[in-house]
Amino acid sequence: MSTISTDLDRELDRTSTGKSSRRRLTPSSKGTGRTRGRRIRVAALYMALVLMLAVVMIPFLWMVSASLKTNNEIFAVPIKWIPDNFQWSNYAAIWGKVPMMGYIQNTAYLAVIITGLQVLTGSFAAYGFAKIRFKGRDVLFMAYIGTIAIPWQSYMVPQYIMMEKMGLTNTFWSLILLQAFGAFGVFLMRQFYMTIPDELCEAARIDGLSEYGIWARVILPLSKPALASLALLTFVNTWNDYMGPFIYLTSNRLWTIQIGLQSFIGQYDAEYGMIMTGSVISVIPILIIFLLGQRYFIQGIATSGMKG
Amino acid sequence: MSILTTRRQTAAAGQRPRKLQRRAALVGWSFILPNFIGFALFTLIPVIAGLALSVMSWNSYSTPKFVGLKNFQTMLADESFWVALQNTALYALGHIPLTLAVSLGLAMLMNHKLKGIGFFRVAMFLPYITSLVAVAIVWNMLFNPDGGPIDQFLRLIGIANPPGWTNSTAWALPAVIITSVWRDMGYYMVLYLAGLQAIPRELYEAAEMDGARAWQRFWNVTVPALRPTTFFVMVMLTVASFKVFDLIVVMTGGGPGRSTTVLSQLVYQNGILQGNFGYSSAISFTLFVIVLTVTLVQYKIQQRQER
Repeated sequence: MSTISTDLDRELDRTSTGKSSRRRLTPSSKGTGRTRGRRIRVAALYMALVLMLAVVMIPFLWMVSASLKTNNEIFAVPIKWIPDNFQWSNYAAIWGKVPMMGYIQNTAYLAVIITGLQVLTGSFAAYGFAKIRFKGRDVLFMAYIGTIAIPWQSYMVPQYIMMEKMGLTNTFWSLILLQAFGAFGVFLMRQFYMTIPDELCEAARIDGLSEYGIWARVILPLSKPALASLALLTFVNTWNDYMGPFIYLTSNRLWTIQIGLQSFIGQYDAEYGMIMTGSVISVIPILIIFLLGQRYFIQGIATSGMKG
Repeated sequence: MSILTTRRQTAAAGQRPRKLQRRAALVGWSFILPNFIGFALFTLIPVIAGLALSVMSWNSYSTPKFVGLKNFQTMLADESFWVALQNTALYALGHIPLTLAVSLGLAMLMNHKLKGIGFFRVAMFLPYITSLVAVAIVWNMLFNPDGGPIDQFLRLIGIANPPGWTNSTAWALPAVIITSVWRDMGYYMVLYLAGLQAIPRELYEAAEMDGARAWQRFWNVTVPALRPTTFFVMVMLTVASFKVFDLIVVMTGGGPGRSTTVLSQLVYQNGILQGNFGYSSAISFTLFVIVLTVTLVQYKIQQRQER
């Protein structure tokens, strides 16, 4: 865990402009009177941190604990944090009750394809927006940005009609086509490309590289962290997406894990333990991906908030 | 920046031949096209079509017919529209300021160089990567009035009649808001943290030398320096709260009664379930205009404060 946290620290520092010098709260040589005041301050800060940690973690702990309980135990008064008998059987039984494996496969399939397309077309288009100067470019980019600020609900019905006319509702195609060409990917990659000096492209042009060559051999290798950010953010968003599959996927064999989970609650609404088990299973893959790539997440989100 | 302006000047002076310009446009478009085709077909055209549909009468069985503002008249006379509008506005009024305050507070707390601070930062982010479905399910159980941990805790600290949360018409919306703040605070914390770290340390040192107290430094240094970040966060929060759907569908389904029904549910029910394309587009157009207006007002306020 310690390496992970230092990574995050470093990433957040890197996103700052570097003008700010680092704060040091370690007791310094400024005199004993201030050291004591500082110690109290640090203690207070840690108390606040631990309190917030509790606020964030208790629902997760409760979820895991409930997933290992019998239904009667879950709402017992007072709360039992550690079950009397661990119901590991919940984790074995759930696969037989709902096609959990199929849901996971569907979700993974969609997430991988959409992420791949989004990263590829997004980074390609971003190069056009960031490094090539031509008429109408900025207007076009404004159209991209503008749609990010429009709630999806304002155009989901026309989208649905289109998909229906094309006979693509209740297929993976509908979701892939709707989500793979999002404006967000273009926006994020462009923000990053703007930080790469134009001189670098200029030099490559003089060396005789075509624009496509510059994108592939100069820009892409430089933008690995940004690509990772975009890939991870897209993957998680697709994995967690509820409304898209909810509208478009009607047959059970196409369902993603979110829809599967939701329908599971409908079918077994008194099986609290099992519902929690399903929730835990749906969260674990994303948790692993997040912990492995968390610095790219944070960096990507911090970048999207920067002015560019 | 200087490179950009000099190049723009030479281009303006006409030193860039037309042929080269056309070539640049061709190459530029070739980069954008693969994404743009998908973007235009599945986002841009539906956005425009949505506007057009709002003045038409069209359902699954008929052909589109221009009806002027009739859909909007129907909408204004529709009682469920007003209920949903009120709920959406209340949700936004709770969600936006609370998330803003909590995430700014978190960011300031996390901006200290303390041992192990990285661990806390990562932990704060966990709710945001968890799916809304799982979040909604867990919080629904936490809020359970019969033996749920939240009401047990409230009884413990002496509240004899804790709220019924998702079982009560008065407390269902607050329950949804609390859940959404819990989920989103880590995300906006990261945005604020990036903003805080871009504030030059010298500003604080100068303020401290002038004898400014902690809260004075906060109001006179931190808040003004964070204005661009706050604007971005406000816009994101506004869009997100007016389109809230998943959380409500899973947590309360719009109930009890209609106490948590929001506008996007109406769009879904009318447009996709019932096939009243024209009418649902009038509602979604209204939703869009509200978001746009709120964003523009925020933009104006930000501009005025910049001066």
